[in-house]
Amino acid sequence: MSVLFIMIPAALVLAGIGIIAFVLAARSGQFDDLDTPALRAVFDDDDTQPPSVPTVPAKEEER
Amino acid sequence: MCAATIQSMSRQAEPKEQVLCDHCKLIVPAGLVEPDAEFQFCCNGCKSVWNVLHGAGLEGYYSVRDAIDPDAQAVSSTQGTYEELDDPAFQATCVENLPGGYAQAELLLEGMHCAACVWLVERLPKVLDGVVESRANIRRRTTIVRYQPDRVKLSAIARGFDRLGYAAHPARGAAAREARVHEDRRFLIRVGAAGAIAGNVMLLAIALHGGALDGMSDVWKNTFRWYSMALGLLSLAWPGRVFFVGALAALRTKVAHLDVPIALALAVGGILGAYNTIAGRGEIYFDSLSVLVFFLLVGRWIQHRQQRNASDHVELMLTLTPTSAVRINDDGSKDRVPIEAVEVGMLVEVLAGGSLPADGRIEFGETNLDTAMITGESRPVPSKVGDEVLAGATNLRSPIHVRVSAVGDSTRVGRLMRLVASASADKAPIVQFADRIAARFVLIVIGLALITLVYWASIEGLASGIEYATALLIVTCPCALGLATPMAMSIAMGRAAKAGILVKSAAAIESMSKPGRMILDKTGTITQGKTRVVRTLFDQQCDPELLRMAGAIEQHSNHPLARAIVDAAEVERGSQPLQNATNIQQAIGEGISGQVDACEVHIGSPSFIESQFAFSPETRTAIESVISDGLSPIVIWARSNGTDRLGVLGIGDPIREEAAASVRWLANAGWDLSLCSGDHPQIVAAVAKAVGIPDASGGVAPEAKAQRVRDLQSESDRPVVMVGDGVNDAAALASAEVGIAVQGGAEASLEAADIYLTTPGVAPLVALASLGSHTMRTIRMSLIFSIAYNALMAGLAMSGMINALIAAVIMPISSLTVVAMSSRKWKAPDMAHTQALESQTLSEAH
Repeated sequence: MSVLFIMIPAALVLAGIGIIAFVLAARSGQFDDLDTPALRAVFDDDDTQPPSVPTVPAKEEER
Repeated sequence: MCAATIQSMSRQAEPKEQVLCDHCKLIVPAGLVEPDAEFQFCCNGCKSVWNVLHGAGLEGYYSVRDAIDPDAQAVSSTQGTYEELDDPAFQATCVENLPGGYAQAELLLEGMHCAACVWLVERLPKVLDGVVESRANIRRRTTIVRYQPDRVKLSAIARGFDRLGYAAHPARGAAAREARVHEDRRFLIRVGAAGAIAGNVMLLAIALHGGALDGMSDVWKNTFRWYSMALGLLSLAWPGRVFFVGALAALRTKVAHLDVPIALALAVGGILGAYNTIAGRGEIYFDSLSVLVFFLLVGRWIQHRQQRNASDHVELMLTLTPTSAVRINDDGSKDRVPIEAVEVGMLVEVLAGGSLPADGRIEFGETNLDTAMITGESRPVPSKVGDEVLAGATNLRSPIHVRVSAVGDSTRVGRLMRLVASASADKAPIVQFADRIAARFVLIVIGLALITLVYWASIEGLASGIEYATALLIVTCPCALGLATPMAMSIAMGRAAKAGILVKSAAAIESMSKPGRMILDKTGTITQGKTRVVRTLFDQQCDPELLRMAGAIEQHSNHPLARAIVDAAEVERGSQPLQNATNIQQAIGEGISGQVDACEVHIGSPSFIESQFAFSPETRTAIESVISDGLSPIVIWARSNGTDRLGVLGIGDPIREEAAASVRWLANAGWDLSLCSGDHPQIVAAVAKAVGIPDASGGVAPEAKAQRVRDLQSESDRPVVMVGDGVNDAAALASAEVGIAVQGGAEASLEAADIYLTTPGVAPLVALASLGSHTMRTIRMSLIFSIAYNALMAGLAMSGMINALIAAVIMPISSLTVVAMSSRKWKAPDMAHTQALESQTLSEAH
């Protein structure tokens, strides 16, 4: 049973990582548009991938 | 463009074999088929898009399109220049500068609807040098373009999209959009965090409850309780913070709000839970609290998304309104400038079909103006040199030059807009049902808690008194009530959106649920908003021929009523072409004469014809009956070989087919309807009589309309619903409890309204009223359920029998019941069907 002393914090750390990943994804705009990416998957890959540009940085902190 | 060409061409000759356009796959008109060419196009628009695509190596568009939907048709280019987009005054509103010399703008693209469109729109960087990225959003029908302003202009980008077949309109308000996106993301983050925390607390709670049954050592029990506390307090302090903020704001402004009882339960539960954890005894409730926070946030997030969808649509609709004017410089040259750059004293040109950018005086040209949007007058207003004209009027006939005398806020429209702003500010906010209940709810719960506290304190001591009173506060937290409204409202908004009704505020649905007073504007709601030949009265057998001859002559006139006669003649002629008319003579403001074959034909007002030919009493009766129907009478007089033939036409704005049935439905449901229009009183009275509205007033000025709404509001407590489309209705829309703007309406009315109808007519109002009462019934049923649950819990808590397990089981069950009930079925009443049934019964009775 005493393994729980390690396992509970470990589980919570994993959950924390999940939340942090979700927050970062949401802030970078991953969930802004839920319809168009589904359509993009239809296209064949081609050489027209646009070069990457600095995206708009998140201006406000989640308080 | 293609379709119109086909129609006009096919009239002359049936194509021997059908040649399909290589771009849009419509039939190429016979006259445009080039036998030697490899590719065929139905119009120049299609050809230019095709050339652009092949020139840039983007012919993959066609294979993507055909793979997705073989029937999809490509759109063609409008060939606009878009040079007004480069003006700094305009760019300030729609372009955002990014670090590193990049700029970003959001463009609304007309006609973008499928995956192939997305593919094409996102390939813009291949076509245009200097464009770095184009990211489409199919739901909003927009694309965000990042580009280098020193290498490519915004106008070139808009032209680029146009040449690909998508007319582009820059979305204004870049800064506001950024703030909204961040708000949406924060909302989603709160929901996600609350869910993750609630899940983990529930895991710990299972261990605790399971352990309580099997026996569990204090060390483990306390460990789990401390972990629960840490997570539970995190949930209250981070995602749950919005409820405390909302409750504080409500208390400060002394407005009833559902956040108050929620925050009370959360705060009391959090404090007692933390105390019990530290003391090592009693219930901790953190599992219930964190699940509560999660459920409530999910409900609000769903509602938030629905409202955002509706307001997005309306906002993008605003983008479509014209933004530029043609300036005439001193040297006679013309250039396109954005409306923001128009100044007093400037000379602007307004082409036929264009709208006036500012108030002013005509310096050149003579035309008819459509001022329906500003004054409500449905008949075109003839205007000549020296006449004062108003911003927002549409030029119907020929180009005019206008010397600007007032711009922006000082125009009549601007003054009306100030009225709208003050009306919006004065308007009392509609307090939602749930919020109204919340106030009483708080009082009852606090009362019960005090009774419990005093009772148990006197029997078992203060400690258990506090324990039981707190338990009562937590378990009666209005979770189901907090969920019921957003769930039912967002489902209602989704259903409304499917029916073409965009709802900007949930409270408006509630106000539509109970019959109140409804003020309808005439044009676009009850009538079709277009001038047509409504009645034809002839005293001879050969009537269709008379109408055809009239059409042949009116083709040569640009009088506003002429168009209606030509249209009616087109329908009448069937497959035969209209004859040729010769020897046309126009009497301005009176009528027109001409020769068709051997016939001498005169068309015009009754007085114009009567001056040349004496009317029989029958003709006089016919004319009078047309006038009493609120229509403009036009007499056709044809003379050939000494015989005279006469016909009377009634021209006006025809009433929608389903209008009468819809009006009757609303009246039966208990609505008090009245008609209030800026149009001529006689026309308004006739329309009201035809559809069965008892109360009608015409010739009402915009300012008087808003006053009328306020008068009705002070007369009774029933909500006043205003339906309108023009700038003249905007102030009234803003003053009314619920303002409903109708399709094709002016920008101002869109902004002032709570609800926007994308389909014209009265039928959507019936759907709204039915949906409103359905939704409120659902909410009331949910409410009864949640109160029953709460009463049960309160009873248990007051008798000291509550325990955390019961609370943890019943709270989610009550929430789930509410969610399940929210999706009750609803079907919009079918007005077209009702009308068809009624007319069928009528004809059978005859």
